[in-house]
Order: sequence, then structure tokens, then C-alpha cells
Amino acid sequence: MSDATAANPMPAAAPARGKTSLYTQDALTRRRNAAEARFKMYGLVAIVVSLLVLAVMLFTIFRDGTSAFRQATIAFPITLEAETLDPAGARNPEDLAKVTTIGYGNLIGRQFANYLTAEGIVVDGISDKDISGMISRDAPGRLRDMVLADPSLIGQTIDFSAYATGRIDGYLKGRVTLDTAELDSNVSVEQLQLADILTERGILSIAFNMGFLTNPDASDQRPESAGLGIAIIGSLYMMMLVLIFTLPVGVAASIYLEEFAPKNKLTDLIEVNISNLAAVPSIVFGILGLAIFINFAGLPQSSSLVGALVISLMTLPTIIIATRAAIRAVPPSIRDAALGVGASKMQTVFHHVLPLAMPGILTGTILGLASALGETAPLLLIGMVAFVTNYPAGPLDGGVMDPATALPVQVYSWASRSDPAFIERSSGAIIVLLAFLVIMNVAAILLRRRFERRW
Amino acid sequence: MSVFLLLAIVAILSVAGFVLCRQRALKQAGGTARNLHSLPNYYGWFGFIMASVPAVLVLAVWMIGQPLFIERQLSGFFPAEMIEDDAARTLLFADVRRVASGLDVAVAQGALTEDEANNIRTEFGSVRDRLATVGVALGSEVTPPVLQAAQDYREMSRVGAVGRTILTFVLSIGGLILAIRATNPEFRARNRVEQVVLALLILSSTIAILTTVGIVLSMLTESLRFFTMYPAADFFFSLTWSPNFRGNSELGLLPLLWGTLYISFVSMLVAVPIGLFSAIYLAEYASNRVRSIVKPLIEVIAGIPTVVFGLFALVTVGPFLRDYFAQPLGLGNSGSSVMTAGIVIGILNIPFISSLADDIINAVPQSMRDGSLGLGATKSETIRKVVLPAALPGIMGAVLMAASRAIGETMIVTMGAGAAARLDLNPFQAMTTITVKIVSQLTGDTEFNSPETLVAFALGMSLFVITLALNILALIIVRKYREQYE
Repeated sequence: MSDATAANPMPAAAPARGKTSLYTQDALTRRRNAAEARFKMYGLVAIVVSLLVLAVMLFTIFRDGTSAFRQATIAFPITLEAETLDPAGARNPEDLAKVTTIGYGNLIGRQFANYLTAEGIVVDGISDKDISGMISRDAPGRLRDMVLADPSLIGQTIDFSAYATGRIDGYLKGRVTLDTAELDSNVSVEQLQLADILTERGILSIAFNMGFLTNPDASDQRPESAGLGIAIIGSLYMMMLVLIFTLPVGVAASIYLEEFAPKNKLTDLIEVNISNLAAVPSIVFGILGLAIFINFAGLPQSSSLVGALVISLMTLPTIIIATRAAIRAVPPSIRDAALGVGASKMQTVFHHVLPLAMPGILTGTILGLASALGETAPLLLIGMVAFVTNYPAGPLDGGVMDPATALPVQVYSWASRSDPAFIERSSGAIIVLLAFLVIMNVAAILLRRRFERRW
Repeated sequence: MSVFLLLAIVAILSVAGFVLCRQRALKQAGGTARNLHSLPNYYGWFGFIMASVPAVLVLAVWMIGQPLFIERQLSGFFPAEMIEDDAARTLLFADVRRVASGLDVAVAQGALTEDEANNIRTEFGSVRDRLATVGVALGSEVTPPVLQAAQDYREMSRVGAVGRTILTFVLSIGGLILAIRATNPEFRARNRVEQVVLALLILSSTIAILTTVGIVLSMLTESLRFFTMYPAADFFFSLTWSPNFRGNSELGLLPLLWGTLYISFVSMLVAVPIGLFSAIYLAEYASNRVRSIVKPLIEVIAGIPTVVFGLFALVTVGPFLRDYFAQPLGLGNSGSSVMTAGIVIGILNIPFISSLADDIINAVPQSMRDGSLGLGATKSETIRKVVLPAALPGIMGAVLMAASRAIGETMIVTMGAGAAARLDLNPFQAMTTITVKIVSQLTGDTEFNSPETLVAFALGMSLFVITLALNILALIIVRKYREQYE
């Protein structure tokens, strides 16, 4: 250190300095002051840049994503013609089930076109195919399920509301314009003109879409009906399992290492392993999960159970580190007092140290879970990126063994599809994910504020 | 008897153990706990542990061992050439298990009687069709040896299940009786229970070791299998990466390694200056109020999942760089590029470097700053000439750890770097990394017997070794060159 300071061009080392007032700065001082200001500015710039980037990132995501929660729907009365839906006329469930979604699709298209003619809505040069093409391909299936659930609807006229296709939805949100429509084979200019009229008449409207949070994923052709239902359930199952796996094991390991472990080779080995595991790339845990849990143990691919096992192994070091810090923060006087009145070492730890460390442990665990919730890479390897459209069963019916996806994986799989409507969904999924993260972090902060004790 | 029911019965026996032992201890002590060696609950817990732990342990070992044992026995049914190859063997036994469970379903639904299931022969008609009637779909027709093996498999599983049930019962009840007989006022129940608890604590803490062993073993065995199919020299030194699922792949590590290192280098160019300067500003210049606002905000970056950064790279940074830099400069027209991924990983690493460096700078004792300032140095001179040299080993450690994180980062490169493996200097070209290729070789339906799939394990092993080496290097630097103050 002394070398460094000696090399410094100190003012004293400048003998040539003549008689000057203290109030006027000489060249060297000016230079040094300028360097000082520059240096300080570098720091300021660095901070501004990093905060700016954060702001830009959050801004773009919210700009792109908030519209995912709103969805254009077309509402019109539909007559469920008995001759199409139940040719036999017996309302026999087996006969009803023979009518496929194609039959329902034709019915919807025909009825919608008829309705428009009846209302006097005409657009030049629009074909019937274009008209029925404005309604999501999801609608026939939904109508069919409605009818199969309640056959008495057949023959009646009901108010039916269906999602508009992704392009029409995009037009209402400003993503699709008349210019882009000309280049796009999936939507025609006439359809957009019709959409304008329908919006004026209140047939086509845009509103909050609960389906985005509850629907399962949908194929490339139907971005409008893709939702986060399965991803949210999958993430929820995984987080519950991760909590069940890591909290007891993490606390037990920390107690051993902090309170009981003798200083020996085994303890050193454990310590080195824990700190190394915290630095192993997450994808390596994915490989581990694939090789051991799926190939060797034969657990089902894509299941939340395997996902939770992998994520637990990743989160365990974090939780152990946080728990150890919390246990270490309990002052020795507590232990001495307990030992002094005759408690055994085990009783001291479990009756006195652990309850006092609990707020810190829980805070660390919640933060560990929050980072586990955003983990994506290992889940890709164990197959959670699969296209899942069936909801997993309830947690007590073995739902953790059913295929599921997770929120961050859904973000990834939507982002890798070509339709820009899926980018909107992807950003929307991020907003949901960030909302969960904010809730968890706020819970951790509140917990810390409420229960933390300074000794 | 199903395992679940068995566990439920063991649980009931354990609770009975708790109640019985506790009561017996109290009764023998004449109803006053003061005459006992331990608190009454410890006697109860002792009974609980004796009734449950040995039984559950043996049950677990049995469940793991039984399938392995049965497979060994059944190998005799098949000619040696059919089970020579590991992959063929796995497939064959998967078939056997599927047929066996199909027979189970058929019996459960009443389509076959127990006798028929045991004596059904392929000569009497298609087994596949009969199983299809009860909703069990089999991929191919059942061959006689497979059917024979499946029937034996069922038989052995049945015998195994009976043996398992009996053994578990005997152990649980035996443990219970032993515990009750051992219970008397002088019995040191607390010490015994605490020994078991301590064993559990030790077991939990060894999971970290087991995980490491699991990682190394799983990757090592599969990598070795890969090297029996593909020459190791080609993997490590070949300059081309062109996997081809029909065979004849060239699987050279070097293009991937180059992409990985190039992207990490770019990311460090972003993260180190910004992270370091923010840390310096926060530690040395910022007022307490600014610090208390800015520091958590920067740490927000660290809490954002990487897939979010991936989407940011894909949707915002990539097109921006392409439209304003790559295309005007004529350097390429790809949104995914080394720069895109590098810059975004750099952003991700800013809070990591900044918070580590902040801690390290704060650990430099104030007296050293005071000495320097007292000699007339300006604040920035003090920082550059006194504080930073003192903090250098720690900062180097932080930088190396950040580099290892950049190398192991997956989502950002998967979404922002591209998939083309090439050796190129142009930072606006799409390149690919080790992690991207691990993901692409292992996602989807894959069989674990082709070099194209197994190469992912060799890549994973390389990645693990590189990041581990960097982390160990960081630790060594920090330990060796750390200045000890006070």
C-alpha cells in the first residue's frame, strides 16, 4: 500500500510551485479535481445505466403484456338447430356425441353470417369463410361441451360469446393494422373492416379475460384461447413440494452443521459441497434430474414431482445458507441459559434456539422459493416444456405425477412460437410470474420487519 | 397388500408404541414423572421410533431391491444375444413390465381369471387383442418369452409383496415389543431418542454430498458411454458441430466452447465496469438515503427470473441491435447474436458483481482511507490507489464467479444467442453455446442410446468442470491474497 501512495503525485512533490493564493487553483489541482469529478460521474453513470435498463425491461414487458389480460370476444345469438346437432332427435347422449366439432364449427359460421345479414351489416368482397374465420377455432369445442352438458339447449336460441381470433384481437389492440393485414395470409382487410363495424355495433368488444389465468395452453393456431391454468397449477404443486422437501431437510442440516458438527473431514466436505452446489449451473441439475429421477428411478416425465425434486436440490444450498445465518444470529447467552438450567443440548436447540431463529429461517426459505419459482432451464430437460392440455388431478389424487408445465417454462414456450400474439401472452405470463414474486418478497420483508429481533 | 396400506398400519403401530410406552413408564414410576429418568414423552417417542424406523427402512430397501432382483432372475428367459445391449435390455424389460401390469388390469377387471392370467399362452390366440379389450394398449404382439417372463414377473412380485408385508409387520411389532419391554423408570429414553434425532440431522446434512456424487456419477457414466460410441479426441478437438439424428454426426466441442467464451467475455465487458462503478459509488460516495433506495433497486435485477431476461433479449435487445448496429454496419442481419446474449447476461450479472464488490469495499478498514485522505489525496485517488488494491483479491473472486455464472447461463442464450455453431469473430453473428446445445439435444422424445443424445452429458460434464474450476480458482485467489486487517 505504501508504494501505491508514494507513487502518487503529491502536491508536496512539486517544488516549482511559486507564491500563489490558496484561493486560486493551480493546474495540477484543477486536473486532480476534474479527475475526481469524472470518477464520481462514472459511478453515477453506472448506477443510472443499470436502473435505466431495469426500467426499460419492466416497461417493455408491461407494455407488451398487459393487453394479454384483455381479449376481444364476439357475442351474438345462436340457434342450436336440432336437425344439425341431433339428427336422430332422441337426445340420446351417444348420438349427440357423434356430432364433431366440425359440425358445430359449420353451425357457428352459418349462424354468424345469417346474423350479420339480418342485422344489415355488409362488407363488400367478404366471403363467408372470412366471416366465420373471425371466430376462434376454440368456439366449436366450447359450444359442443355446453350442449353435451345440457342437451335441453338444443332447439333454443342462446346468447353465445366466443373469442375472436388472435389477429382480430390484435387489430383491436393495435398490433395488427390494415397495412400488415395485406401481407398476412391469416387475416384479410375485409375482416378488419367488418371488425370496425362490429365494434361500433357492440357485437365485438374487448374486456378482461379470466380465461388467460385459467385456460390450458392452446395450439399455434389459437393464441386467443391459450391460458396459464396448467402452468399456475404446476408451479403451485412444485412450490408446495419444494417447501415440503427443503424446509425440514434444510433446517436439520443447518442445525447439525451449526450446533453439533465436530470439526473434522466430514464436516469440511459437507461445507465445501454446499458452497459448490450453490454455484453449479442450473442446467446441470436438469441433467441430474433426467439421469436419476427419470431414467434411473422411472418417475414420470413432465411431472411436477420430478420438477420439484430437481428444484429442491438446487434450492437446498440457498436455504441451508440462510438458515445457518439465522441460527448463528441467536446469541450464545440463550444457549448458556438453557444449558445452565439443565436442558440437554438437543433440548436447547429445539426448545430455544430454533423458535428464536424461525423468523429468519422462514424469510430465507421464502426468498429461496421465490428464486426457485423463476427457475426454467432444468425444467426444460425433464420435459416440463411439453404441450399439456389436460389439467393435472388434485394433489391428493396423485396430481403431482401428472404432466404439467410451470410459469417460467410457459413463458419460454410461448416466446419460441412464431405468432406475435404469443409474445403478448408470454409477456402477460411474465407479469403473472412477477406478481407472484413480488407477493413472496413482500411477505418475506414483512415477516422480517415483524419478527426480527436485534440482540 | 399395497405399500400405502402397509405404511398406514406401521403408522398406527407407531402411535400405539408412543401411547403404550409412555403409559407403561408412568405406571411403573407410580404416576409421578419425577421418578423417571427422562420426561414421559421421551419414552413415548422411543416406542414410536422403535416401531417405525426399522420397518420403514427395510421396506424402502426392499422396494428398491425387488425390481433389480427380479430382473436378474428373469434374464434367464431370454437368449443372451437379446439382452447383450443395455438399451435392448431396458426396452425388453419395459415390455415385460407392461405386459405384467396389463395382466394385472385384466384380472382386476374380470376379463381374465387369476388362473387364466398365469396360464395364458400365445398359442391360444393373440394376448395383445385380449389385453386391448380391457383397455391396455400394447405396442407390438407379445412374444412367448416375454409373456412367460411377464407371468413369472407377476408371480415373483406377488411372492415379493407377501414377503415384504410379513417382514415389515414382524419388524414393526418386534420393535414395539422390544420398546415396551425396555421401558422402565431407569431407562435412558431421552438419550436414545436424541441419538436417533442426531442421526437424522447428520443424514440430512449429507444430502449435499449425495447430490454432488449424483451429479458426477450420472454425468460420468453417460459420458463414458458416449465416448465408447464417439471418439473422445474428435469430441474435444473437432472444429465442426453438426449433429444428425440419422448418424454420421460431427460433435466437436470447440465451436460451442468458443461461442460460450465469446458471449461470456462480452457479458463481462458489460457487467464488470458497470457493477464495479456502481459498487464504488454506493460504498464511497452515496449518502445513506440514496444508498438505501438504490441498493435494493439494483438487487431487484437479481430477483428477476432469467427467462424474463431471455424474452427481453429476444423481443427488445436483439431487434434493436440488429436495426441500429448490425445492419447499418453491414455486419449481419440476425436478431440473435453474441452481442444480444452477451449484453443481457451482462445486465443480469451487474447486481451480482455490484453487491459482492460493495461488501468487499466496505470490508476495507476506514483507517486506511483516513490515512490516505490525511496525506492529501482526493477521494478518487484514495479509492484507486488504496481501497481498490486492498479489495482486489475479493473483486477478482467476484469477477470469476460472475464469469462462471455467465458460462452456465442457459435461458438467455437459448432465447438470444441463436442455434448455429460457428467459429467466428463477428459479434453480431448468431452463435451457440454449450448450454443451448444441452437443451436442444435433450428436449423432446429422445432415446438414450445414440451419441447425438449422450453428447449432452459430455457437454454437461465439460460445463460442470469449467464452472467448478472457475469457482475453485476464485476461492483460492480470495483465500490466498486476502489482506488480513486487525
